[in-house]
Amino acid sequence: MSSRDVILNRIRRALNGSPGASDGPGGSGAPGAEEPVDRSYLTEHGARSTEETVELLAENLADYRAIVHRSDADGLAELLARLLAVRGARSVVVPPGLDASWLKAADPVRVHDRAELTPQQLDEVDSVVTGCAVAVAETGTIVLDGSPDQGRRRSTLVPDHHICVVRVPDQVVSSVPQALQRLDPVRPLTWISGPSATSDIELDRVEGVHGPRTLEVVLLSGA
Amino acid sequence: MTHTFVGMPAFPKAAHDAVRDTTLRGNLRHATHTIRAKRAKAVAELEDWERLREAGKQIKDHTLRHLDRYLVQLEESVTRAGGTVHWAADADEANRIVAGLVRATGEREVVKVKSMATQEIGLNEALAEEGITAYETDLAELIVQLGDDRPSHILVPAIHRNRGEIRDIFARTMSEWGRPAPDDLTDTPAELAEAARLHLREKFLRAKVGISGANFMVAETGTLVVVESEGNGRMCLTLPETLISVVGIEKLVPTWRDLEVFLQTLPRSSTAERMNPYTSMWTGTRDGLTGEGDGPRNFHLVLLDNGRTDTLADEVGRQALRCIRCSACLNVCPVYERAGGHAYGSVYPGPIGAILSPQLRGTASEIDASLPYASSLCGACYEVCPVAIDIPEVLVHLRERVVQGGPVTRRGAKVTLQPAKGHAAERAAMRAAAFAFTHPGALAAGQRLAARTRRFHPRRLPGPGRAWSDSRAVPKVPAEPFRDWWRRTRGETGGDR
Repeated sequence: MSSRDVILNRIRRALNGSPGASDGPGGSGAPGAEEPVDRSYLTEHGARSTEETVELLAENLADYRAIVHRSDADGLAELLARLLAVRGARSVVVPPGLDASWLKAADPVRVHDRAELTPQQLDEVDSVVTGCAVAVAETGTIVLDGSPDQGRRRSTLVPDHHICVVRVPDQVVSSVPQALQRLDPVRPLTWISGPSATSDIELDRVEGVHGPRTLEVVLLSGA
Repeated sequence: MTHTFVGMPAFPKAAHDAVRDTTLRGNLRHATHTIRAKRAKAVAELEDWERLREAGKQIKDHTLRHLDRYLVQLEESVTRAGGTVHWAADADEANRIVAGLVRATGEREVVKVKSMATQEIGLNEALAEEGITAYETDLAELIVQLGDDRPSHILVPAIHRNRGEIRDIFARTMSEWGRPAPDDLTDTPAELAEAARLHLREKFLRAKVGISGANFMVAETGTLVVVESEGNGRMCLTLPETLISVVGIEKLVPTWRDLEVFLQTLPRSSTAERMNPYTSMWTGTRDGLTGEGDGPRNFHLVLLDNGRTDTLADEVGRQALRCIRCSACLNVCPVYERAGGHAYGSVYPGPIGAILSPQLRGTASEIDASLPYASSLCGACYEVCPVAIDIPEVLVHLRERVVQGGPVTRRGAKVTLQPAKGHAAERAAMRAAAFAFTHPGALAAGQRLAARTRRFHPRRLPGPGRAWSDSRAVPKVPAEPFRDWWRRTRGETGGDR
């Protein structure tokens, strides 16, 4: 007997006789409506206007040491150019679908996110600029799903400086349940809440380990 | 290499030694008290916490009731997305599978994300025997590995080390494993984190094989979820060509939507954050369903039993399988705070370890038989548990099993456990009590005798009771048994009821 069968048989024997479980040798019964999960928990916490939700996102991002900026479409290119210049970035990773106008004023050398790029080459790049899939106000989280304006997961991981542009209010939701509804589980997803951190030394949070140690989030309105 | 826990002394002996270590007690007290207050604050932010807790419990219970069905569904989903699913009945089989998969790549080193399951099965040691070096990349696991030490906490395996000790370990041993620590390394946490970043970076960038566990697996989509802080998880999950995930079969949830509960309760319970810095979710391989060339080319999922189905067979004890490894119960436990994680003789310390280890491993060894007693039954662990595991209930249940023996399931077979040695006095006392309580005449005679001889009673018990009275005062026997007093003062109306 394969280990697969061994394990499945052990489970069926273990559950035999438990309420709602076994319906014979075929195994446990189909999960049915007779035992629904009580989902009376909230879909979001507190009542807020759209503006207040964006404000909460900004607060919670900053609380976990992300640097928050605001811009409209006209000012974005200049803002991004300035942030990269202040950082002293000589090179920047550009996802294939990033709006070309965003970086039109920026000086750093563009490194295009492509399959042939090795991790070592990526390690030489100073910064990365991306869009995002959704942002969660209650937790101060941005979620990347690998869409063309965000690129492969490694391109937002290896460079030490990440600038993420969030379109507000369209890409902002209040809560984790609302975010999951918007996301496609098939895509590679990365939820980011502040820069890389650790609580491993005396259970106290320290920012800056392996992921980007500087996370800047631009809240882009009217785009 | 991380030591295994074979031949550990029973909990009372290990705890007795640990409480005398003042540095250890100071480190543990500082860390657990820091996180306790923060957790309470993070939980208080969610007014529906109790409902989330109940939903988490229900989702896990539902999954366990249909575990066979959901595992088969998960297998189909992962396979459809380009992954390969392996089944391992025990630790040896899981280790053989993983070693075989690594050998097939031709690589001699792997990078690892912190994973309780791979610690449980002793994967690093098994790989070492095959000539494969496993690099731990979580900061705390790195501290444990470099210090040739054992983990003492589920979330923060090096919680027993303070910053000064960590500095010394880094300065002394990093050069043996790769890039040395900077010469002028101090004990500030930021500098220690920087030293770990530099030390591990070269390993991440050249790694061809990554090994992980998972916090959750979604049956309907085949998605795996890893929750972390540092970014070492993202490195191991996205840069290598081959990813091998070893996951306990109880880590399953049926639907994508179910994650909405646990992604709210887990971070707040474990690191007391609204959300941990990084959560990775992936479904199959880079060319599986999206075909966008992101992440590992090969993905292997090893589903691990190793005592979980035996635990499932115990109707009281199976609730331990709801555990999402947040470690909130460790941080509030007065016994853990004083004894430390090593005394539990398992990778699962603290209250959850006291009910999980004896079920996963059985109670044949001295340490496992003693673990259900590593508690004062104060109930703080149950209060903070985000999936409402009634740990005191299971502890009492397991104590009964140790003392009285009875039917249990081991490796899928029903066996009858013999009463443990060393509890003979307790059993004799219980038998005497049972006799007395069912024979009122004998009870009354005994009580009167005890009352009359009270001035001859010793302050410490003789024989097997001596250890008990080492740290406790023997209660005074009253001058008159309660029943006699009742009859004398209310006897006319109350009768003998």
